[in-house]
Order: sequence, then C-alpha cells, then structure tokens
Amino acid sequence: MIFRFWGTRGSLPVALSGPGVRDKVRRALQQAAGRSFASDTDLDQFIDNELDFPTSHGFGGNSSCVEVVGGDNYVICDMGSGLRQFGQQVMADLGPGVPQRYDFFMSHVHWDHIMGLPFFAPAYIPGNEIHIHGCHDVMEEAFRRQQSDPCFPVHWDQMGANIILDVIQPDKTYQFGGFDVRAAKQNHAGDSYGYRFTRGGKSAVYSTDGEHTQASEVETKRFIDFLSGADLLIFDAMYSMADMVSVKQDWGHSSNIVGVDMCHRAGVAHYCMFHHEPIYDDYALQKILDETRRYEEIMNRGPALKVSMAYDGLEIEL
Amino acid sequence: MNDRWVDKGMGQMLEGAVDDVRILCPTGRIDHTSVQGFQDDLLPQLNDCHEDGVAIVLDLSKVEYMSSVGLRVLMLAAKQCKGQQGNIVVAALSAQMQEIFHISRFDMVFPVYEDRAAAVAALAKKD
Repeated sequence: MIFRFWGTRGSLPVALSGPGVRDKVRRALQQAAGRSFASDTDLDQFIDNELDFPTSHGFGGNSSCVEVVGGDNYVICDMGSGLRQFGQQVMADLGPGVPQRYDFFMSHVHWDHIMGLPFFAPAYIPGNEIHIHGCHDVMEEAFRRQQSDPCFPVHWDQMGANIILDVIQPDKTYQFGGFDVRAAKQNHAGDSYGYRFTRGGKSAVYSTDGEHTQASEVETKRFIDFLSGADLLIFDAMYSMADMVSVKQDWGHSSNIVGVDMCHRAGVAHYCMFHHEPIYDDYALQKILDETRRYEEIMNRGPALKVSMAYDGLEIEL
Repeated sequence: MNDRWVDKGMGQMLEGAVDDVRILCPTGRIDHTSVQGFQDDLLPQLNDCHEDGVAIVLDLSKVEYMSSVGLRVLMLAAKQCKGQQGNIVVAALSAQMQEIFHISRFDMVFPVYEDRAAAVAALAKKD
C-alpha cells in the first residue's frame, strides 16, 4: 500500500509568491557560498543533499487529495485542488482511450475538498466510472451546486463519465477497490469522516478536518480505538495547541501535538501531519515539523513513533 | 505574609498563599491518566480569582511533563480567570516544560516567570 499525496494544504490552495521565490533563491545562494558546480549532476547533488528541504522543495500548496495505491483500481481520498494534477498524470500515463474505475472517499464536502472535481479530466471522458463514497447525504447537492450557474459553466449533468454517488455508513466495514474501508465520524462543522484502509495486513487512516477536543474521554477513546495499531495516520494538524483551544476553537481542526498524543495512545507507527495552515510558508512548516518531533521525544514512553509532514508529491509506502 | 502549604494528595496540588496571591503547585506527569484529577483540583481554586480577589501563580516546577490534555485544562483556567477579570501566570518551568510551552505556543497565552518569587512580585506590582 502506498499513499501518494497530491494536495496537502488546508482550507485554501496557496501558491509560492514572487517574494517567496526570491527568498528561496537568496537562501540557496547563501548556502552555496560561492561554490561553482562542474556539472548538472553536481548541482543536483548539492540541491538534494545540502540544501534544506524548505529551500530545495517545500510542502506545496494544493488542497486535500491523497491517492491510495495498491488496490484493484484508482482509490483517492478527497477532491481538493490536487486532483487536477492527479488527473493529468493518469491521462499522461494511460491516454484518454482506456476506461478506468475510480473510487473516491470524501471526508466531507466543504469547498477545499471538492474543488478539484470540475478540473479532473477523466470525469469528462465517457467510459470512465467514478464512484464517490461518503457518509454525507448532501454530497449530490454539494456537487451540483459547485457545477451550476453562476459558479461554473460546465454543469454536473454534462460530465461525460458515469458518476455514481454512494452514501455509506460509518463504523461499518466495506470492500472497495481491494481495500477494507471503514469510516468514523469526526467533530467538524457539518461533520466529517476519517477512513481506515486495510489490505494485506497493513492499515492506514486518513483523518482530516477533525477537531479532537479531548474534552470527553469517551469520545477521545472512540477515536483512539479507530486508530488502534495503524501503520500510518494522516492527520489534520493545522493549528498550534494554543490556537486550537482559544481563538480557533470550534473551527474544526486539530493541533500537531494532539496528533502525537493520540498516536501514542493508539499505538500508531507513523504520524503524518496534514492539512497545513495556508498562512504558513515552507520555513514555518519545517519549524513545526522539527518541534513536533521534539515533542514526540519528550512525551514518548513506548515504541518509537515516526513523525513526518505531508507535502505535495510525497509517497509513503507501508 | 501568610505562607501555608497543603498537600492535596492524589490531586497533586500544593496550595500556598502570599498576600493576595495564591500559589498552586501541581506535581508529576499530567497526561490522559491524571488530567481529570488535575482539572478537578485546579478549577475550583480559581473561583475567587478576580479583581478584588486573589491572583494565581501556577508553579509548575514539579510537573515532569504535560500532554495536550493538560494544556487544554490550563487554557480552561486562563479563560476562567480572564472572564472574571483575574490574573493567572505560570512560573518555574523546567527546561522540558519550557519546551512544551514553546511548542504548543502556550508561552504566548500565559505570562511566564522564572520562579515563584518573580511571579509574585510581578502580580503584586499590578495592585
């Protein structure tokens, strides 16, 4: 099972600005310290091995879209702006003439999680079959509204692919695309749902847009049980703890350190922070990753927990 | 100066008072296994934290570590005191607790003092 991240940003896609590019160029030149490079290979080695990650790569700016590779067909969590690039990659790999089945799992239907569909090229190609699974009975209303006047010129009914909406129930295990899939309800405006994927003895949880307040131990324990023993948790770590419980309370998102504590309790092996706050630049995100790893060191009383931060283009293999 | 200390046992709260400043000194590890006791002990101590009542110093020198559930209770305390127009500060963080406060950004929520005496002096100045 491989998780491939096409979009990792929360709430709104972001793009690197001109001043942001300039800052990275300056930092790269400073780190090069006047060196010259004999070949492109030497230059690539410098970029890959000596430049810091925020300067050489960065975390990207597309909103939530994660592909789950290793099943019987394409399986994708959420339809954020990263979906456009995923569709382009599929078209480049297969061309338009090879019908495919896609199984999508929707955390919820807020804008940043559905905005990629109108730009998903395979959705316009007859012969493709797109199954959209989710626990919200308002899915169809959300998709129709998004693709209707005056917001978008191509209407929902004009999509060429065969699109099937499938409302599923939480806390029940289904088989889709070669995976066992189970959803669990999360605290978010209008509710959201996390999904646990299991195949070949490995399991991973995609859990975004969930505010785990920990105000109720019963409620916390319910979700700990859902995460229990997972090989990977992709988790909404959008805010600092202070923001989450003060100015951004009830905004529907969790903090980096709540994720660590829940992983420790649930015996998760790999914690991957996700749904990054759009106001943070790459250097701020790297600092949060470093701090979260340090918090994990301080709090760990059991097996090691790997801590990472999702970025557009990341692949995690289980 | 009235200085008294009461060991409240499993609640892990030592209580003292210096003039109009109440000093609370929780101990141990505050995580999901101990947080309910911490909350039950802490919040009632804040009821008279207001303009005409006491100010609160949370001396955290005996706290080994505090997870997010403990930080949440600290935020409840801060909100309660603020709502009552009272003052609450923290003091004497260990190096590890300083890190936790910085990582969680709680150092931007609470005034943090190096030790109990500095905290008491700062609160006294506000009278």
